[in-house]
Amino acid sequence: MTRFAGIDSGSWNTKAAVIDADGRVLGTSVVRSGADLEAAARSAYGDALEKAALAPHDVEAIWATGFGRNSVTFAHGSRTELDCHGRGAAFYVSGPLVVLDIGGEDAKVIRLDADGRRLSHRMNRKCAAGTGSFLDEIALRLGVETGELPRLAANSADVLELSSFCTVFAGTELLTLIRAGKRPADLAMAAYRSLVRRVSAMDVFEGRIVATGGVVTYHPRVVELLAAELRTEVTVPPHPQEMGAFGAALAARDGAASVGPEAAPRVGARRASAGGPDEP
Amino acid sequence: MSTPRSSTGGARANAARVELASTAALRDTMGAYYRSLGDAAERGAAPVAWCTSVGPAELLRALGFAVFFPENHAAMLGAARTANRYLPLAHAQGYSPDVCSYLTSDIGAFLARETPLAAYGLRETPRADVLVFNTNQCRDVRDWFEWYARQWGVPLIGITSPRAIGDVRDDDVDAVTRQIEVLVPPLEAVAGHRLDAARLTAAVRASKESSVLWEACLQTAAHRPAPLTFFDGTIHMGPAVVLRGTPDAAVYYRTLLSELEARTREDVGAVPGENLRLYWDGMPLWGRLRALATTFAEFRTAVVASTYCNSWILSQLDEADPFRSFARASLELFIARAEAPKERYIERMVEFYDADGIIFHDCRTCPNNTNTRYGMPRRLTERLGIPTLVLDGDVNDLRCFSDEQARTNIEGFVEQLADARASARRGGRP
Repeated sequence: MTRFAGIDSGSWNTKAAVIDADGRVLGTSVVRSGADLEAAARSAYGDALEKAALAPHDVEAIWATGFGRNSVTFAHGSRTELDCHGRGAAFYVSGPLVVLDIGGEDAKVIRLDADGRRLSHRMNRKCAAGTGSFLDEIALRLGVETGELPRLAANSADVLELSSFCTVFAGTELLTLIRAGKRPADLAMAAYRSLVRRVSAMDVFEGRIVATGGVVTYHPRVVELLAAELRTEVTVPPHPQEMGAFGAALAARDGAASVGPEAAPRVGARRASAGGPDEP
Repeated sequence: MSTPRSSTGGARANAARVELASTAALRDTMGAYYRSLGDAAERGAAPVAWCTSVGPAELLRALGFAVFFPENHAAMLGAARTANRYLPLAHAQGYSPDVCSYLTSDIGAFLARETPLAAYGLRETPRADVLVFNTNQCRDVRDWFEWYARQWGVPLIGITSPRAIGDVRDDDVDAVTRQIEVLVPPLEAVAGHRLDAARLTAAVRASKESSVLWEACLQTAAHRPAPLTFFDGTIHMGPAVVLRGTPDAAVYYRTLLSELEARTREDVGAVPGENLRLYWDGMPLWGRLRALATTFAEFRTAVVASTYCNSWILSQLDEADPFRSFARASLELFIARAEAPKERYIERMVEFYDADGIIFHDCRTCPNNTNTRYGMPRRLTERLGIPTLVLDGDVNDLRCFSDEQARTNIEGFVEQLADARASARRGGRP
């Protein structure tokens, strides 16, 4: 049986997935990316292989994705996370659909047609609002680990509003609310509500909605709030955090062509000086 | 089993762009212009007028002014990637980080007493004897010039233009024409002599000739493969901006056009292996011109045309009616128009250049030359059936730009376009 692997080198975590030719997931892994992206990729891949009870020679091809995709030198090809999250989500949910991926430092909205072809994408602006980093900041201000936010939010009774415009502004608003004696449980829920308002304004959400990424994996209240905000059902597919890696494995299986430097012809190559000034 | 690819660092280094040989002549032309500013400002060869990019440059030339365009100066600060050093100095003076970073980087450089024109022998930014604005593009140009007017105690005059214009009406043209006429007496007072009608006619004729040649240069990019890209255009448009009203610009554009026409005859593309063609709307990111040009070249994608480079095509100029024709030209420019004529313009450009998609630059500090904020990308995607991509950035403030996010956005867009093309070849199957 032919197997394929995908590695998603993300800003916080590196994810790996190993699949068979039918797209069945045989093993996955999530490790911290740290400063050595290549080492994290090898570690995640090794873990995923171990869980799949496979050896490296059992894998036909490896595709990389994520912001560190070009650092995974043992991969055979790469696609952007925009492609891989869409590809992975479309494997589980037929289109037309909108994929919302909320990662550690970015959020993406990917629109796919009925055949799973990408129609458009949007990424968050250069700001942490609407990403996992926003929740980290709020947890820090509340003096808890980010992983404790779901437990806190479960006891929320009152609806509080928190800015969705800017993480720093939200942080200072939070301090005001703390001084006003508001309960941490309600503040945790307010943080989720803020994040959902931010991401739901990124695009028009029509058709089936699929949510992926680490935030929806570890913070299920975000999915509930999202469904309420968008007034529609939101599907969370299997292994949502590893969806990019899974999509990359599907890209490896499908032989999806890389469009990056490897695909470019080298004729007449003459590199522009990277260090000199640009010219007006 | 597949063969692992090599590290992409080396592959990126091989990204191909074919430079234009005319660049040497461009440097000579621009260098002579900058040195002439030094002669005027520091050795008294001529009075100096500051002029916004589509201010009445022909009138100023006809009166014998050396004409300095601070937007060109600010673009030099951006391209040299020194702008971010100067921005905080202007912010500290109360100029917000949210207003035009051309304005703030230029004022900051002045406060630091530094200028890229030092490379051409100038000790400092050329001191103006008069400042002349046209607000057809934005209000910031007036605020920018007001700062210098206060610094130096020199006259500030200009055209307060209608903006967001639907159809350009005769009464709009009349109003701007009258404002230009009113500029003449104070400019004559600074120049020390009367306006010579023959010199004005000659200046308008020179601008028209330069404009026609520049347009011809840009239109060569309709050829497949395109002999020049938007990134080349931002550099080679220099003479069309700063040498309006002189014969020097046309001299340069004859050289450039000759090279571009030779490229089209020989099918030499600016991007080897050109596969996809894009249209660019909005300002350049001056500090990332080379980086972006290289990125697109790696993806065998040519950004073949832009609203920005077309903004110095002043087709309506007519030496028989200098003021009125300039008034009409400045009002009919893209940047002065409402959403509907802007969309019609981009539609025509996309069709003419046969573009596969449109890139919109959402320029943080230049809302007036940003067309993403009132739903235009979505409307054009629906009407034209081609994808659009919005890149967040800024003309000079690189803090507003993320290299990694931009690269992923661009690569993802190229994937989408390439996949759509491959799918179409397979008869629509994904």
